[in-house]
Amino acid sequence: MKTMKHLICSSLLVGFSCLAIGADNFPDKTINYIIPFGPGGESDVTARFQEPFFKKYSGGQTVAIQYRAGAGGAAAWSQLNGMTADGHTMMGTNLPHIVFQPMETNSGYKTDDLNTIYWFHFTPDALLVHKDSPFKTLADFTAAAKASPGAVTVSGTGTKSGNDLAKARFDKMAGTKTSYIPFKGTGASNTALLGKQVSATWGYTTSALQLGDQVRCLAVALEKRHPRLPDCPTFRELGFDLIGGVYRGLAVPAATPKDRQAKLAGIIEKINHDPEFIQKMVDAGYTVIDVGPSKMVEFMTKIKKEYGEAASELGLQVK
Amino acid sequence: MPGIEYFLNAVTPFALLIAVAGIVAGVVIGALPGLTATMAVAVLVPFTFGMDPGIALIALGAIYMGAIYGGAYSAILLNTPGTPSAICTTFDGYPMAKRGDGDLALTLACLASVIGGLIGGVFLLMLAPPLATVALRFGPVEYFWLALFGLTLISSLSEGSVVKGAIGGCIGLLLSTIGVAEVGGDVRFTGGSTALLGGIDVVSALIGLYCVPVLIELVATPTPHMQLTGRVASFRLVEAWRHVRAAWFNLTRSSVIGTIVGILPGAGGSIASLVSYSEARRASKHPENFGKGEPDGIIASESANNATVGGGFIPTLVLGIPGTPPDAVILGALMVQGIRVGPQLFTEQADTVYTFIYGLIIASILMLPIGLLVGRYAFQSLIRVPKALLAPSVAFMTVLGSYAVHNNTHEALQMVVIGGFAWVMGRFGFTASPIVLGLILGSIAEGGFVQGHMIGTAKGSVLMEFFGRPISMVIIVMLVLGLLYPLLSRRAKKKERVNEQ
Repeated sequence: MKTMKHLICSSLLVGFSCLAIGADNFPDKTINYIIPFGPGGESDVTARFQEPFFKKYSGGQTVAIQYRAGAGGAAAWSQLNGMTADGHTMMGTNLPHIVFQPMETNSGYKTDDLNTIYWFHFTPDALLVHKDSPFKTLADFTAAAKASPGAVTVSGTGTKSGNDLAKARFDKMAGTKTSYIPFKGTGASNTALLGKQVSATWGYTTSALQLGDQVRCLAVALEKRHPRLPDCPTFRELGFDLIGGVYRGLAVPAATPKDRQAKLAGIIEKINHDPEFIQKMVDAGYTVIDVGPSKMVEFMTKIKKEYGEAASELGLQVK
Repeated sequence: MPGIEYFLNAVTPFALLIAVAGIVAGVVIGALPGLTATMAVAVLVPFTFGMDPGIALIALGAIYMGAIYGGAYSAILLNTPGTPSAICTTFDGYPMAKRGDGDLALTLACLASVIGGLIGGVFLLMLAPPLATVALRFGPVEYFWLALFGLTLISSLSEGSVVKGAIGGCIGLLLSTIGVAEVGGDVRFTGGSTALLGGIDVVSALIGLYCVPVLIELVATPTPHMQLTGRVASFRLVEAWRHVRAAWFNLTRSSVIGTIVGILPGAGGSIASLVSYSEARRASKHPENFGKGEPDGIIASESANNATVGGGFIPTLVLGIPGTPPDAVILGALMVQGIRVGPQLFTEQADTVYTFIYGLIIASILMLPIGLLVGRYAFQSLIRVPKALLAPSVAFMTVLGSYAVHNNTHEALQMVVIGGFAWVMGRFGFTASPIVLGLILGSIAEGGFVQGHMIGTAKGSVLMEFFGRPISMVIIVMLVLGLLYPLLSRRAKKKERVNEQ
């Protein structure tokens, strides 16, 4: 890696820019990586995937992963901008959480307060049924939901959450009425499906892979099929323009110097392009995306509009 | 025995070393109030990434097992459960310590934990795939009834006044509603403050309810913090073994209850030890001794909570559904390792799974010497420490522990407020346990009720959903019996007395 850096520097032949980097040796100590949830969740797992690569691309600095769970992430997000803004503190952020929470309640922060520098992956929504389910295809599912409105039950994690949103968006597109049963955490939601307490689950590609043969994946909310779920069609293939899921990114306190923000974003970008990292993410069911600082404004504007339209379906009032 | 060929992988010097290190780390973290088994596992997960998956699992399993057992130290010596699983260990452990039998209580806890851990591990080894289906038979409605059943235990647990116990339980239930509702997302009783959005945390409430009143008493009374009768033995193994042998049925029953509760996602060590404790008391010939330093109480609580370790791994490994909160962290670690859990795990990755299971069983056995040694050290240093040093150090630990829950001052503040409240309530004869029960079971009951009601509505009959399912019916019968038990036993006693006269 070091030789690579030298190579880049000498090939650029612009001593100035190299000097500028040299003058600020950022990052020059361990970076705090705060997860706004408890350990063991997908935010934690993906941070753990990044951890070894961070050392590789940051010039030897490590990240210290910490947990500050509470109020679905709001406890940590409301404190982010009060933290040390020297670039050595960053925090995971999640969509749709950071858009919906401030709409819902006095969450202690506003969506735009959170200075997300990079959205690095997303977990696409997936509609799953038990392997013994009579629903063999998405068409079976929608037909049943239309035949007896409200009788088809779908489990998911939390209310006004990513799963609730996917359910609302799909119901609207398909003209169906299903009953959403919220559970505490993905584990409980999956248990309800495996125990046949509910007809289907709004989950993610990750849970589809984790549950394996025990479930059947009816469709995924991706542009193209997921490499590890080749038999599961996309909603688009079946005529529904549904793409979405939970997006995960990294934010830093707003007062962090711009050059350090850019440098951090650069490290995350490099990790995101490491073939070994991509392979790990894909194997676990994630989909790597690259929304860096240059695309951030455009992306957030688009996503806020999309969520704003769906919010009324969930009974949220957009302020 | 399945997978016996992998036994040797679990007894290599390195595997044993890892198991010992894991147990020691777990015991120490678990013994500190506020630092739970989940935290112990989470903190030490990164160290396992470089290891072979089987060994990594042994390390995590050993830490988990050690932490659950470690909770007994502070429960017995300080009346503060080191982890929520050890709540019931305080009931008899602390009275024993106060009358000078702390060493015996610690030895009992160690033996019971080892045997509970072994029984849970053997179930995991022999019957994991069939037992995993138990987890799936429990739907929202069953959790609702199970939580209600747990609440009826208040009547058999509360010392003295049942009415005061019931009031305490209601306070706990009310506390459990604070914050953003898990199901439905409504914001309740936060008074507009962000600090309460996350609700009242069980661990910080535990520290406040149990530890703060003890601390205040410690400072407010001039007597020494522990009565010492005669010579202090380091551990009373022979005497403890006699108790354990006499209580073999209690031990087996509690371990089986612990294993089954461990299998149920959403329940955990605290509920396992609670159910076992109340069953032990109900079956005992001297129920009146429970809560006053009865060895059977410690045996029930400690064997049950350690049996949840093996039980909890059953749905984790077979279904990919974590049985207990620490299992969720371990499941995350497995995903990072690239291991896909599921029924096929036992055939496709037999070496990893069986190495781990044997490792877990060996770790439970290793807990015996380690536990006795650490217990001896903890007990002796606690006796020697002057009160003037003990009180501030424990006070410091309570703040540290509650802060560590979410690395946030909110929980530390909650702990202090709840602790002050508990002390005042204690003056009026209210005990902490019903409040904790209400707090833990309230959210389980609420979630189960709302989900069950929604599913029932979708299916067309709410009544059928709640009363028409076989497991629900069994729990309802247990619930009714549990509710009537104090009345029936009182009547039986009266009759006995009449007969004697």
